[in-house]
Amino acid sequence: MAKVRGAIDVDKELCKGCGVCITACPTHVIELAKQVNGKGYNYAHMENPEACIGCANCALVCPDSVITVYKINI
Amino acid sequence: MATIEIKDIIKKENLVYGKTKILTDNIMHYCPGCSHGVTHKIVAEVIEELGIQDKTIGVSPVGCSVLAYNYLDIDWQQAAHGRAPALATATKRLMPDHYVFTYQGDGDLASIGAAEILHACNRGENITVIFVNNAIYGMTGGQMAPTTLLGMATATSPYGREVALHGYPLKITELIALLPGVAYVTRQSVQTPAAVRKAKKAIKKGFENQAKKIGTSFIEIVSTCSSGWKLSPVDSNRWMEEHMFKFYPLGDLKDSEKANEEDYKKYIE
Ligand SMILES: Cc1ncc(C[n+]2csc(CCOP(=O)(O)OP(=O)(O)O)c2C)c(N)n1
Ligand code: SF4
Ligand code: SF4
Repeated sequence: MAKVRGAIDVDKELCKGCGVCITACPTHVIELAKQVNGKGYNYAHMENPEACIGCANCALVCPDSVITVYKINI
Repeated sequence: MATIEIKDIIKKENLVYGKTKILTDNIMHYCPGCSHGVTHKIVAEVIEELGIQDKTIGVSPVGCSVLAYNYLDIDWQQAAHGRAPALATATKRLMPDHYVFTYQGDGDLASIGAAEILHACNRGENITVIFVNNAIYGMTGGQMAPTTLLGMATATSPYGREVALHGYPLKITELIALLPGVAYVTRQSVQTPAAVRKAKKAIKKGFENQAKKIGTSFIEIVSTCSSGWKLSPVDSNRWMEEHMFKFYPLGDLKDSEKANEEDYKKYIE
């Protein structure tokens, strides 16, 4: 069982839905939402939140720095 | 075991990674997935980590990153097209204790500004150059650049770049590496987490070299321009890995300090 749990906070109004975070995530946490934000982009969100390990890969490749990463030990 | 709720994880004390304070809250005008955004971020993180926010002066180019001064909370100048190395030269000579860098696209640096960058590097100006090579003129609508690959279709080479008509793509970074004034030349990219980490390390080294006064540091970031390339951001990254990296291989081209430590000692105060 995983010893850490992570979570990401996506600033969904600033996300441009480029999707590079989806490719970068090793545990397939992220997908683009079916809904769009105020700019008309399908923003990134946690589709499988339990799988997040808080590695920050998604945030590292995010061009708009809209992802903040948190992690706890369990 | 009690179920963990997301709100229990998303708390200040559990923060692992977030946006650096050097980046302003202005919304970047770049297209979705643009390499400029990631490159801005790692330059900003390096400035934060080195604690040089009030001593750093950027020179932005003409090109999509002309507005870089809106996004990094440092002092900036904005140069005429291709002339960033000239402005940076003057700035660094007048304020030698400041960290001065240019931030330039391939149209700006390798085309209209080819003379300025070659001479600044040949003079060994103690500046850092961040060269974002997306092999196209992004800002003006995707025209062919000096760095456009053979066969690559652009607005001004719709059937693909061909040698007979357009000449060869210019490996300007390889040319720069030949110049004795240049201390450090490297080629990096920012499409994966590992690449971002490596590129950031290279940029940090480039800034640290200014304090050592050992000559110019030149960091190319092989980049994408999904709008100009007419691909999605994710497909652009893939296309870059498959095509750009063959002609523009990643890695260090020159690290004079490492190569001739003895020679360089005398420059380091
Ligand atoms: C003197 C002058 N000539 C031409 C232009 C038109 N122009 C604006 S940006 C640009 C090229 C930008 O391409 P690049 O440097 O590759 O930057 P990118 O937009 O791809 O980041 C050109 C030719 C100009 N603004 N000024
Ligand atoms: S922190 Fe890591 S595991 Fe969590 S969503 Fe981002 S890339 Fe995926
Ligand atoms: S046109 Fe190209 S270089 Fe300019 S912001 Fe869009 S993706 Fe980036």
